[in-house]
Amino acid sequence: MPVLVRIPTPLRTLTKGSAEIQAKGDTVDTLIGDLERQFPGLKDRLLDEAGELRRFINIYVNQEDIRFLQAKKTALKDGDEVSIVPAIAGG
Amino acid sequence: MEKLNGLRCRECGRHYPAAPTHVCEFCFGPLEVDYRYDALKGVVTRDSIAAGPPSMWRYKELLPIDGDVAVGHHVGFTPLIRARNLADELGCREIWVKNDSVCHPTWSFKDRVVSVAITKAREFGFDTVACASTGNLANSVAAQAAEGRLKSYIFIPADLEQGKVIATLVYSPTLVAVHGTYDEVNRLCSEIADKYRWAFVNVNFRPYYSEGSKSYGFEIVEQLGWRTPAHIVVPCAGGSLITKIWKAIKELKLLGLIDGQRGTRMHAAQALGCGPIVTMIKNDTDVLVPVRPNTIAKSLAIGNPADGYYAYKVTKESGGSGEHATDEEIVEGMLLLARTEGIFTETAGGVTIAAAKKLIERGVIPREESIVICITGNGLKTPDSLQDRLDAHVKIKPSLSAFDRALADLKSQTS
Repeated sequence: MPVLVRIPTPLRTLTKGSAEIQAKGDTVDTLIGDLERQFPGLKDRLLDEAGELRRFINIYVNQEDIRFLQAKKTALKDGDEVSIVPAIAGG
Repeated sequence: MEKLNGLRCRECGRHYPAAPTHVCEFCFGPLEVDYRYDALKGVVTRDSIAAGPPSMWRYKELLPIDGDVAVGHHVGFTPLIRARNLADELGCREIWVKNDSVCHPTWSFKDRVVSVAITKAREFGFDTVACASTGNLANSVAAQAAEGRLKSYIFIPADLEQGKVIATLVYSPTLVAVHGTYDEVNRLCSEIADKYRWAFVNVNFRPYYSEGSKSYGFEIVEQLGWRTPAHIVVPCAGGSLITKIWKAIKELKLLGLIDGQRGTRMHAAQALGCGPIVTMIKNDTDVLVPVRPNTIAKSLAIGNPADGYYAYKVTKESGGSGEHATDEEIVEGMLLLARTEGIFTETAGGVTIAAAKKLIERGVIPREESIVICITGNGLKTPDSLQDRLDAHVKIKPSLSAFDRALADLKSQTS
């Protein structure tokens, strides 16, 4: 299942500068596995030692925060867009 | 005096040079300005501060500005008011209201953060500033960008109050209304900030921007005669203000500027319809569960607060607490402050008054201890929230007899 993944600036050193990449996975979890296969080291940036998503990273599937969906188990299908976004301040 | 060491990750401690960047490349933790406090000790004194201007810039040495202040020269040093009537009403001994509803130039505490961010944007050579905003930030970025002769792009949720839209547009920014919640606007802005080389005050300039909030805390302490109150009740949206007030108190202690050793308990105030930080506090968990906002307090309607974790930690570390306010309680809070102290605050202020009242009634804040309530925005920006709640005024013809009749009617209604 090819999915478009948007990579934020802090992670582009690992993707050779690419802001958008294609990856595969039927869930967010397996997608992260594929990202790690393509770009070794990426998984450690996204997940902590316990394998949980790091506190200051938000992942969106088609603009929806995965915490409103099934978190890492959120299903993906062809053509979905996944954004990795650092937490941001505001008000 | 070399006072800055660049930036430092708040989580893993990695150092970065001073740059327009906000996220640690390794752990995604937020970057924070790193000061050389040893160089500031003995240099920043009560006298040196008192000799400064009557604005937030009297604390310039404790803000991340290297050169001259570029915009917002008159921001801050707002009144700290002894709220005797409010204290009487709530049965308390000592309540103070820190009143940023009259902050210059756009009537909210956001002027503090924006003046730092835009000054910094100029230092780094940017010609365009931007922000995602629930309203107050939009007003301030548009105004201070105009003052600094910078272009500005302002992104807001499309359903924002009309008052806040007009109070942004008047400064001629490019205003982009996004069909979505603030959290969606914020996510979009994060991606825009990655693509365009603009100074996004709350994204890539966040480390500098957020430091401006410390001035609110410095002022509370100085205006209380260099002592700390027993309690501070702070409205929370992204959760930054409460963490920076706490940081301000710690810095003043570190520099030896505070009398006595009394601890201050920090309390978070949020709307029930958007209270993820207070929910963390009530459930005593450091895991934030984002929410979809549904409250009249739009300036606090951030369902996924970036500093929620740190806000929770501040209340925990300080022995404080948190409280939610319903929409009805928010309006009551606005009316209570107006009726007792003659201060017209926006809905966010209603949240803070309502939360403080509940914490006092629950005994969490003891009635004999000193309390500072943070009022951070102006009611004239959100009059719609009160439209249905205020009695119609008396309308008469321009004759004395018409007035006499109206007065007699009013008296008979109240007797």
